[in-house]
Amino acid sequence: MHFSALSLARQALKGHRGWTRTWRALEQPKSHYDVIVVGGGGHGLATAYYLAKEHGITNVAVIEKGWIGGGNVGRNTTIVRSNYLLPQNNRFYEWGMKLWEGMSRDLNYNVMFSQRGVLNLAHSPAQLEGYMRRGNSMRINGIDAELLDRDQVARMVPGMDVSDKARFPVAGGLLQPRGGSARHDAVAWGYARGADSLGVDIIENCEVQGFLFEGDRIVGVDTVKGPVRAGKVGVAVAGNSSRVLAKAGFERLPIESHVLQAFVSEPLKPLIDTVVTFGAGHLYISQSDKGGLVFGGDLDGYNSYAQRGNLPIVQDVASMAVTLFPNLSRLRLLRHWGGVMDMSMDGSPIIDKSPKEGLYINAGWCYGGFKATPASGWCFAHTIARDEPHDLNAAFRLDRFRTGRTLDEKGAGPVPRLH
Amino acid sequence: MYLNCPFCGHRHLEEFTYEGDATISWPTLDSQDIGSWTDTVYQRRNPAGPHREYWQHVHGCRQFLIVERDTTTHSIHKVEVAGPWAGETAPRNTEAKQ
Amino acid sequence: MSGFRLNNGGHIDRERKLRFTFDGQPMTGYEGDSLASALLANGQETVARSFKYHRRRGIYAAGADEPNALVGLRHGARHEPNCRATGVELYDGLMAESQNRWPSLDFDIGAMNGLFSPFFVAGFYYKTFMGPTRHAWMFYEKFIRKAAGMGKASMEPDPDHYDARHAWCDVLVVGAGPAGLAAARSAADAGADVLLADELPVPGGSLLSETTKLDGKTSLEWTRREIATLTKTGRVHYLPRTTVYGYYDDNILGAVERVSDHHPLPQAGQPRHRHWTIKARRVVLATGALERPLVFANNDLPGVMLSGAVRSYANRYAVAAGRRVVIATTNDSGYRTAIDLAHAGVEVACLADARHEPPADLAAEAEGLAIPVRTGSTILAAEGRKAVTGAILTELDAEGRPHGKQESIRTDCLAVSGGWSPVIHLTAQAGGKPQYDAERGQFMPGEVLQDWQPAGAIGGADSLSEAWQQGLQAGSAAARDCGLTPSSETSAPEGLDSRKPGSTRLLFQVQGGKGKAFVDLQHDVTARDVRLAHQEGFVSVEHLKRYTTLGMAADQGKTSNINGLAMMASLLDVPLDVAGTTRFRPPYTPVSLGALAGRSTGTHFRPLRRTPLHDWHVEKGAVMVEVGLWQRPRAYPGEGESLIDAIRREARTVRERVGLTDVSTLGKIEIKGPDAPEFLDRVYSNRMGNLKVGRARYGLMLRTDGMVFDDGTLWRLEENRYLMTTTTGNAGGVMKHLEFLLAAVWPELKVHLVSVSDLWSGCAIAGPNSRAVLQTCVSGTELDNDSFRPMDVKAAEIDGAPVWIARLSYSGELAYEVYTPAPHGEAVWKNLLQSGKPQGIVPYGLEALGSLRIEKGHVAGPELDGRTTADDLGLGGLMSKKKHFLGEALARREAMLEADRPQLVGLVSGNGQPIPPGAQLLDSKTVREKEPPLDAQGHVSSPTYGAAIGKYIALALLHDGRARHGESLTASSPLTGEEVPVVVVSPHFYDPEGARMNA
Repeated sequence: MHFSALSLARQALKGHRGWTRTWRALEQPKSHYDVIVVGGGGHGLATAYYLAKEHGITNVAVIEKGWIGGGNVGRNTTIVRSNYLLPQNNRFYEWGMKLWEGMSRDLNYNVMFSQRGVLNLAHSPAQLEGYMRRGNSMRINGIDAELLDRDQVARMVPGMDVSDKARFPVAGGLLQPRGGSARHDAVAWGYARGADSLGVDIIENCEVQGFLFEGDRIVGVDTVKGPVRAGKVGVAVAGNSSRVLAKAGFERLPIESHVLQAFVSEPLKPLIDTVVTFGAGHLYISQSDKGGLVFGGDLDGYNSYAQRGNLPIVQDVASMAVTLFPNLSRLRLLRHWGGVMDMSMDGSPIIDKSPKEGLYINAGWCYGGFKATPASGWCFAHTIARDEPHDLNAAFRLDRFRTGRTLDEKGAGPVPRLH
Repeated sequence: MYLNCPFCGHRHLEEFTYEGDATISWPTLDSQDIGSWTDTVYQRRNPAGPHREYWQHVHGCRQFLIVERDTTTHSIHKVEVAGPWAGETAPRNTEAKQ
Repeated sequence: MSGFRLNNGGHIDRERKLRFTFDGQPMTGYEGDSLASALLANGQETVARSFKYHRRRGIYAAGADEPNALVGLRHGARHEPNCRATGVELYDGLMAESQNRWPSLDFDIGAMNGLFSPFFVAGFYYKTFMGPTRHAWMFYEKFIRKAAGMGKASMEPDPDHYDARHAWCDVLVVGAGPAGLAAARSAADAGADVLLADELPVPGGSLLSETTKLDGKTSLEWTRREIATLTKTGRVHYLPRTTVYGYYDDNILGAVERVSDHHPLPQAGQPRHRHWTIKARRVVLATGALERPLVFANNDLPGVMLSGAVRSYANRYAVAAGRRVVIATTNDSGYRTAIDLAHAGVEVACLADARHEPPADLAAEAEGLAIPVRTGSTILAAEGRKAVTGAILTELDAEGRPHGKQESIRTDCLAVSGGWSPVIHLTAQAGGKPQYDAERGQFMPGEVLQDWQPAGAIGGADSLSEAWQQGLQAGSAAARDCGLTPSSETSAPEGLDSRKPGSTRLLFQVQGGKGKAFVDLQHDVTARDVRLAHQEGFVSVEHLKRYTTLGMAADQGKTSNINGLAMMASLLDVPLDVAGTTRFRPPYTPVSLGALAGRSTGTHFRPLRRTPLHDWHVEKGAVMVEVGLWQRPRAYPGEGESLIDAIRREARTVRERVGLTDVSTLGKIEIKGPDAPEFLDRVYSNRMGNLKVGRARYGLMLRTDGMVFDDGTLWRLEENRYLMTTTTGNAGGVMKHLEFLLAAVWPELKVHLVSVSDLWSGCAIAGPNSRAVLQTCVSGTELDNDSFRPMDVKAAEIDGAPVWIARLSYSGELAYEVYTPAPHGEAVWKNLLQSGKPQGIVPYGLEALGSLRIEKGHVAGPELDGRTTADDLGLGGLMSKKKHFLGEALARREAMLEADRPQLVGLVSGNGQPIPPGAQLLDSKTVREKEPPLDAQGHVSSPTYGAAIGKYIALALLHDGRARHGESLTASSPLTGEEVPVVVVSPHFYDPEGARMNA
């Protein structure tokens, strides 16, 4: 059923009895698909949607271990931006930004993409010059970026300590006005609904236990609900990439799984209107439509699959928040949780064919997976459908570590927790 | 998390930094084999479960430790000294009371 | 509802009357009151408006589970939104105001939302607000944001401060109710160090809500005496007003002590809150249970309350929640409330028990008190407009559906109980997935994955006496696990109820009443929303939560989660344990950000590093800047001099005469050991093992991936003693890198490293007159060009202070670095300045230093950005071919050797304008002809005004740059609107032969 104010009003009159399932409930997969996407997160669902929509491949199954949208797409800080330095990155994320801008209407599902701006604070002249390099790289690639001085920052974000007495005085900032945030769960549900309506089967509670090969060619997957055959299999399982791909014979990958925590405060009337990132520590802060302040911080810093973090990062995030906004200390943290990040060794993602015929890999999203959802799905669908990467993901190769074509956005080197 | 540093006793997570997979083998410097260096520098098993890994007691004795820890529960099974002092413990470190 | 104060009883001090205001209305209460009990006693029915529909809401619970009564407290910079009135201790002068209403609580325009409620169902916003344009949401969102949220935050800095402490104990007991007190006692008797934390201001927990006399005393008298006895042992530390909110790895728990919230202002020297990080060997969780409400029509009207809360207000605070109470219960709770109310003289109009056969003893007791009891009956709907005025009761069939006759009974307080849910939050945070106990109808703690044990309600204790016994056992067991021997003495106070309660009829929702039936009161989630979620396929408990927002409000669903998932389980026709629970996340109740931040805020947020010369710089008016965590002088502007003029003057003086700059921030590592030469050869890309005593050498270090890591100098001070310098920013990173290699990769090398960065004060004296200056003040070494050659290192003295002098040049001039032990730093610095006076010496800062190195083509941070190879930077010659070194292999990967990599070049401005920082380099065709995205040829890394050259210049990284000298490009900075024509030149702008530094 098409969603609109009118359909909502009609249903309101009928006691909402007409709404149907958002995606079909399928207990059992079919025995054969053209493409199986392993992982019913944002990326997997988007991949299935674009396989159907852009490439006409509709005999597709999304196979999910638990319930869809239960991984990082449902536990992130919802920031969307394309403010990257390296052109290979910023062009990819900018394509994503364009997809975000049309997403609600494309999916006919309001993902509440809110372009309230993403502001990166600089705390020294040298840091500001670093941002100028990034901002100029964005601009020549057709991405919006603005340089703000301290007073402009102060006007934009009331409550922030911009005084000279601050431990890290604000020197200025780099603003991407088109950046912002979105309703994370809605992205998963919207893609699921879109894919489902194009004929894609979404099978929940169906853990993949192994991959089926004939020689070096993949022919399907083995699941708790039995074997399912397919011509091509794409794996998009984020923090579980090493775990799942080990079953396909990948003993090692250029990935470590780390826990990243996120935080939300009690709901408040509008207070911070922009997404603000601190430049002297790892903190980003925004306010959700429901009124909660949403904070993200640094990785806990050790390999983890536990979806739970520890107090030092909780306390450090609170310290940064209160240092930057001294009016926040009386407000209360409502909840904090952890997600498992697939940290790649250079901080950039992998969307590529694998050395095994018919098996495709989408992984290594680090902190950046949520904003990448549409572009990742779009490019992965292309890579699977055409059996070759699109120009936009041509740099996100699995073999780049061997060839030296790494994409080290931060210049931090081969230490995943530093990206 | 608490790590039982063989030299300093039980100390809080805040005193340590994580230094990565301790099962990696390092080629000798005269090896120019890009494949094996790529494996060392970039490729990780990244297991869900027991993991041998380096930690440095950076705000303590600065020793590198080899810790066996479960990545799914964060429970710590073993802490040893890495490097030239492997196998050593400080004489005074009895079963410290937390 | 018309609550009022009872004449007798309660743990309040009637001698101490407290004045307070609510929405400006003056009211009074007593010491011992919570804000909620005082509001009830003053007859305040509506205390808040709901999140979505702005419905009137009254006080509903008595503890941490309160979903409705969120108020704003205090004013100005101390204003706190969203305070749970049930947890606010009343103090004299307290000012509270209601939230989320305009213009007033009684008349709230937002209540119009209720008219549109057929539209505002769960998830309605996913279905609309998508047109007419792609950016339409930004328009609608403004209104939604304004409508959402609850309280308002202050915009002023919080004037109070916060504290943080670590605590270690044998046994942490969470909860000072009967089970917790018993656990603390038995653990302490065994000799354990015990920390006993409880969220309430006084000990007793659920005992406070009972009329039971213990050893002939009221419960509070008894628990106070017990705490006094326990703390006197010296082994029990009691933390009242302290919520243990989170259970983390390795038995570390987070707690917040509300030190000052019960005072108008924190007392002198006291923090507002104190955060405790508690490392416990064993934990006893005695966290009690929370009552579940029933879901029925209009169950959110003010006057509808939890049965246990009504009893708590009567017994603990001596407040009757109403004058004519109707009770609907599925278990014994309703009887105990009815009986206590009747004893207190409050009329109980009816007790509806969903069970057909209530326990005989309670039935008899109710009958004795003339309480009308209806069995097999429950509440169908509440009636009333502003508050509850009536209750429609119905009979139930065997499946729990209403059937038979219905009757409306007049009431002003409707007390409901659907059963009890143990507070298993911390057990779940500790890692154990909650397990459903079908017999009890409760989710109980799951697998014990950390060192804790339950006591009391979460251990399945059904009576106070059983809770006490469990507490004793848990405390003993915990002590035993700590290696102690529990005492065999066990005692229990006289008067603990040991009655085994009757069963609970599992009834979560009563369908069929007219009106909205709320599951989650705080988020306005109704039974219909749950049905809709089911209809649309949001059937997993996580989908249900996310789609309807059930349980996501500030109360984290304490009264709503179980009902919501029971309703979903029933729609799916599966047992509750199949549906499962959503994941319990910390904190148990919201925690102030201030408490979490503790003292690490403001200027204490990160350490600040100062060089030994810091005070001198500040005194001389230097403009300071932070680099890493160091404070460094940018420049020393004179009276009326601009920063830019000062920078140019300083740079010029170095070129023409002599200058002195502080280089103490450089990383310094001392290296010793027989294998040091071998080690250094491995970690530097250039030869180092053959460095002779008394000599220094520039060195380049690669990362394992072959990219440039750091550069610096190595000084061989003695046969077996090296001093390594690193860049300021990488000091810690290089040290760690070297330590790692020695520990993990080459443990066979006998090398010892010590970081000595802070032990030495360093300065660089540079300029044609530098030798002459040193000659006037240095003793112990000759300084002429033959005796002290470039790259020589010599020990000497300056006015009695020992110094190491190395002839090194960063600026390209004749220059020396002078290191002295930090305590001598300022004296040596001053001496050099004094000695240099005749030569025209000036101090110079970071900016002049940077400008001089750019002229010389030396790379620094902006070029060493982690993505450049030695060859990119023109330093390929430092990749030794005579030995192997770390990073060598991967530096030879194909992409690292390609010809069109970015290479270091110089740029000269073609139009006399400054070259913009961070500009992208575009060729002329790209600039003129194309629309973005444009392919950049490279970027400007370090621009400056070259004082010696008299032009604006820059270092840049340009694709295939070394082959492009002479080419014209555009340095484009769209961000600042600048486009400057530049010519590509060699990066060695100034004295490329090095004649000056070698002079």
